[in-house]
Amino acid sequence: MSASLETAVHPENLRRVVIDPVSRVEGHGKVTILLDDKNKVHQVRLHIVEFRGFEKFIQGRPYWEVPVMVQRLCGICPVSHHLAASKALDHIVGAIHLTPTAEKMRRLMHYGQILQSHALHFFHLSSPDLLFGFDSDMSKRNIIGVAEKHPDTAKRGILLRKFGQEVIRHTAGKRIHGTGAVPGGVNKSLSIAERDELLNDIYQIVSWSRDAVHLVKDMHHQNPELYNSFGSFRANYMSIVGLDGGMDLYHGQLRGRDESGNIIFDGVDYQNYSQLIAEEVKNWSYMKFPYLKSLGTEKGWYRVGPLSRVQNCDFISTPLAEVERRDFAAFSGVMPMHAPLGYHWARMIEMLHAAEMIKELLHDDDIMGDDLMAKGERGNEGVGVIEAPRGTLIHHYRVDENDLVTMCNLIVSTTHNNQAMNEAVRRVAQQYLQGHEVTEGLLNHIEVAIRAFDPCLSCATHALGKMPLQVELLNGAGEQLSTMSRSNNGSICAEV
Amino acid sequence: MDVPVKKLKVATATLAGCFGCHMSFLDIDERLLELIKLVEFDRSPLTDIKHCGPCDIGIIEGGLCNAENVHVLQEFRLNCKTLIAIGACAINGGLPAQRNHLSLPLILEEVYHAQHGLIDGFIPNDPELPLPLDKVYPIHEVVKVDYFIPGCPPSGDAIWKVLTDLLAGREPELGHNLMHYD
Ligand code: SF4
Repeated sequence: MSASLETAVHPENLRRVVIDPVSRVEGHGKVTILLDDKNKVHQVRLHIVEFRGFEKFIQGRPYWEVPVMVQRLCGICPVSHHLAASKALDHIVGAIHLTPTAEKMRRLMHYGQILQSHALHFFHLSSPDLLFGFDSDMSKRNIIGVAEKHPDTAKRGILLRKFGQEVIRHTAGKRIHGTGAVPGGVNKSLSIAERDELLNDIYQIVSWSRDAVHLVKDMHHQNPELYNSFGSFRANYMSIVGLDGGMDLYHGQLRGRDESGNIIFDGVDYQNYSQLIAEEVKNWSYMKFPYLKSLGTEKGWYRVGPLSRVQNCDFISTPLAEVERRDFAAFSGVMPMHAPLGYHWARMIEMLHAAEMIKELLHDDDIMGDDLMAKGERGNEGVGVIEAPRGTLIHHYRVDENDLVTMCNLIVSTTHNNQAMNEAVRRVAQQYLQGHEVTEGLLNHIEVAIRAFDPCLSCATHALGKMPLQVELLNGAGEQLSTMSRSNNGSICAEV
Repeated sequence: MDVPVKKLKVATATLAGCFGCHMSFLDIDERLLELIKLVEFDRSPLTDIKHCGPCDIGIIEGGLCNAENVHVLQEFRLNCKTLIAIGACAINGGLPAQRNHLSLPLILEEVYHAQHGLIDGFIPNDPELPLPLDKVYPIHEVVKVDYFIPGCPPSGDAIWKVLTDLLAGREPELGHNLMHYD
């Protein structure tokens, strides 16, 4: 677990190649590569170039606005932020145990989110690389190319995503940025008509999800060399698992394992996450680098998301996904699978699990109940954690006696994977770029490694250079709206 | 025999937005398969084209929060015959503009220095990171915008309506049902 290739010793004489923006991912990121005149790679970095400062401007807002506001961090997984915030704020209203209807409605919404996000990521964004090849014709390497060559696959992807979005609409009122969860419960349950509408399609969805797992599984079996080695590195991994050790994407306790699969910690109540995890800032990225305090910054970084979850749990409660989990474990053998492309396979297993969970919940009459809200003793601090499509998502708030937020700390899924993604692109640079003339197809290999993690750079955060720099913002008429300048010491000042 | 139709070129980009407007675009669901018979995508998060070439329609999600956003927007305006602002963030800054009443150095300080759980924080300071703007700006303050689709995000149906109107050479019209602001 080295940080080699993070920083070149003599960056001055090197040639800079940039991938900007990284495409077919959500949000903004870029990769810079420094090479010498023999094309030897000296430095590779994935930079997160946006800064939004959400944690600051949420302060001073009334807490009940928060579940609706935080969704705007991310339009791909708004439900995850919506639910993580609601779970944290359940502690503020003292409703740690929700009513059965509320908990099941939230779960239904969450599984709808997992299904739509995993389908989007696999079919719309990543499948072109896997179906056509990493250095295939750039103009066809997208969902439109897939629709031309494999129309059934493209159509299923679109319909799988659509179904997930419809589950969200029925539980949250709107496909994107709905309002279903509130601190202490939910604001609606399903009507019989809504349930029947979803029941109509769910069997087809489960079966397509299973086909999707098989599609990826076959790719691994057909080309194990590539799939096992591409960008592979060993790392610790973490997720929440249910109280019984089974996969639970909505609620549970934190469990972490080392690179050999041995437990590092287990059964940790996530209210105490800050005893476990700390974050480091690096000069060249707006995204922070979390690590396990007990192991330190060098050894303590870890991986989250589907590849971690499928290997971290003891079993999956739904039958079809459990069969697939066992196949996956048998394929990887005694050691956990570390290869980034394994993410796709694990992701499809989770999509199948989500589809099966939706089916189960649609057969449970509690989702049509009318006991929506729980109450309890008012608190002033709460942590909410959920397994979002991309991994463990942590929301932490403090609220004062006037109901205003005084502190907000967010560790989003993609942030946990920051070091891991950097590690993967460095490996790929060593495996494929070293000593070669850089081509578009080779650079796409780097992006393939990043895509495997399904990073959501929307959720992540922006920066400033050392040289004095000034930016002017002009309006359409060429009039100056504002200027920003940065001095030699990196401090910035703005004038309007 | 198929007669090749001349496809219109469409480019899309996310600036300081949450990607939700792009997701809503995908909420046209199966109609995406119809759309790709009529249009060809240029730069977009869905393709690997990194710079916008000459296009018929450009769609921008998100406001301007850093220098890079401004460059991308200018590239779009220069290349796109029709430029559309999609969603609250592009139209008025949206939620990211909540930072506008705070000073930028203060926010950076808060997030990278004083934040809970941070060890030895400092403000990232590397030339590879684009300079943040003091405020988040709506895109029409910097370039001319031809159409605005309101909503956070506008529904897939609203986006479909505007695009099909434009493809048919009609003046886009949302009408009462598709016009909403939440
Ligand atoms: S308008 Fe709403 S959905 Fe669109 S980018 Fe902004 S926050 Fe996201």
